Amino acid sequence: MNTSSNAMPDSPAGSHEVAVTASAPTRPFFWSLQRELWENRYIYIAPFAVTAILLLGFVLSATVGIWQRPLHIDATQSPEKLADPFNLAALFIMGVTFIVSLFYSIDCLYGERRDRSILFWKSLPVSDLTTVLSKAAIPTVILPLFSYVLTVAVQCFMLLYSTLVVAASGQSVAMLWSKVHLFQMSSGLLYHIVTGHILWYAPMYAWFILVSAWSRRAPFLWAFLPPIGIGIFEHFTFHTRHFLGLIHYRFSGPESQLKGHEAMGGMFSIDAGAFFSAPGLWIGLVFAALCLAAAVRLRRYREPI
Amino acid sequence: MACIEAHGLRKSYGKNVALDGVDLRVDDGRIVGLIGPNGAGKTTALNAMLGLTPFQGDLRVLGRNPWSERDLLMLDVCFIADVAVLPRWIRVSNAIDYVAGVHPRFDRAKAERFLSKTSIRAASKVRELSKGMVAQLHLALVMAIDARLLVLDEPTLGLDILYRKQFYDSLLNDYFDRNRTIVVTTHQVEEIQDVLSDIVFIDRGRIVLTATMEEVESRFAELMVSPANLEAARALKPMQERQALGRTILLFDRTDRTRLAALGDVRTPSIADLFVAIVGNRSQGFVQ
Repeated sequence: MNTSSNAMPDSPAGSHEVAVTASAPTRPFFWSLQRELWENRYIYIAPFAVTAILLLGFVLSATVGIWQRPLHIDATQSPEKLADPFNLAALFIMGVTFIVSLFYSIDCLYGERRDRSILFWKSLPVSDLTTVLSKAAIPTVILPLFSYVLTVAVQCFMLLYSTLVVAASGQSVAMLWSKVHLFQMSSGLLYHIVTGHILWYAPMYAWFILVSAWSRRAPFLWAFLPPIGIGIFEHFTFHTRHFLGLIHYRFSGPESQLKGHEAMGGMFSIDAGAFFSAPGLWIGLVFAALCLAAAVRLRRYREPI
Repeated sequence: MACIEAHGLRKSYGKNVALDGVDLRVDDGRIVGLIGPNGAGKTTALNAMLGLTPFQGDLRVLGRNPWSERDLLMLDVCFIADVAVLPRWIRVSNAIDYVAGVHPRFDRAKAERFLSKTSIRAASKVRELSKGMVAQLHLALVMAIDARLLVLDEPTLGLDILYRKQFYDSLLNDYFDRNRTIVVTTHQVEEIQDVLSDIVFIDRGRIVLTATMEEVESRFAELMVSPANLEAARALKPMQERQALGRTILLFDRTDRTRLAALGDVRTPSIADLFVAIVGNRSQGFVQ
């Protein structure tokens, strides 16, 4: 009924123009993501900056050996020792991406209300669901995958540069390549990012996004103080630490639930069967979905601050 | 079809009643000025029409419930809610890309044509533009959208007179046609009274007058009367009496103009004077 009665009034002059412009394909989700990248350039500049510092340090260390001797390969070196700078690079890039994601998710729905631009965004046919999902995709999908690609690129560069240094100093390139397992490292890293940074941390980011949609001021405090407050209350009242344990469990990653499980390759290995059968994973994902649903609903009601 | 239709529209914030049973009908193709003092409920009424706030009562915009059907409604409705709500970090070219990317009825060429007449450069960021230029940019984006209803809430607040005049000129010359409806609120009533086709006065959450400009002309009359004729004029029961430049000015509602003409100079009151007479009198018991 609506469509037919709506179609009538603009038929004489408007119909031609509508017919032309209505064919323009729109991609609200894509452009919402694009908007986030325009607005929050720090989310990719910070990881790039850390990468630049890392590479500079690595190059200096491998070439002139500021702290120790320059890159040196011999048969007695363990592969773990050689892999150290590679793992360290991964750790730093993921670490800075994590911090950036945290800042981003706490600010994303608060910032648009603070600068009143929400009135502009809401004047366009982009639903609250699309907006919230596009913002949630940044810390839960886009940034983890970006940090993965960046890390792999850095590790490739490090291996190539090491090869050059090793070859130039007349050492055995074959020995270097036999000890540094780039493919194994990067596939392990991808697994770690998908399980840990995407699936395991999703409820944490969703909680931050909910706080961002809800709070009228100081979203950072609201993000952290209530959980800490509940923990302290529980500790003093019941002399237990279940809630704090729950938070620690979430922050410290899925590995902590499987203490005693032999880790196969350092920081990024946990048995897939154990991970996907852990109730903590699924409860967390349900919690994440509820937080995002609440954030969508809140964004409908919220006005500029 | 009515573009906007409201019956018993209510909205309260706690004990504070912002809209107290608003009945309103706006037909297609009108330019309506929603005029009221601060806190009268103008913005609340517009927010309800735009699906920005839930409400009680019956409200249909383009045949839809704006709260429950907001996502669909926004394809046909556009609004400028305030001056300078464009995000300060966005580049002019990015803003155009974005609106083109999300709005099926956005005509990029039209927006660029409009901007080319201004001194706004595509590479500029909004934070680098003056307030007047931001308003121009926003208007360019909005005018390039083939919407059926455009809502403007104080779109020129804080702009200088040149920008204000240009804003409404563009709106009338480059945008408005009989297929569109425009609802506008502003405090600078005198500047837009030639633009409007209808006026709606709102005070304390209630509509106190709705009239087309033709109705205003035929219904209301302002009489400049000399002291000798003052008592005779007062006998015709003016709505309001005021002094200006040593003469008395009386405002009449539905009074025969030929009878008034015998007592002094008769003319149609300005919207601002009419507003002061009606809304100002309400506190003294004048009932519309």
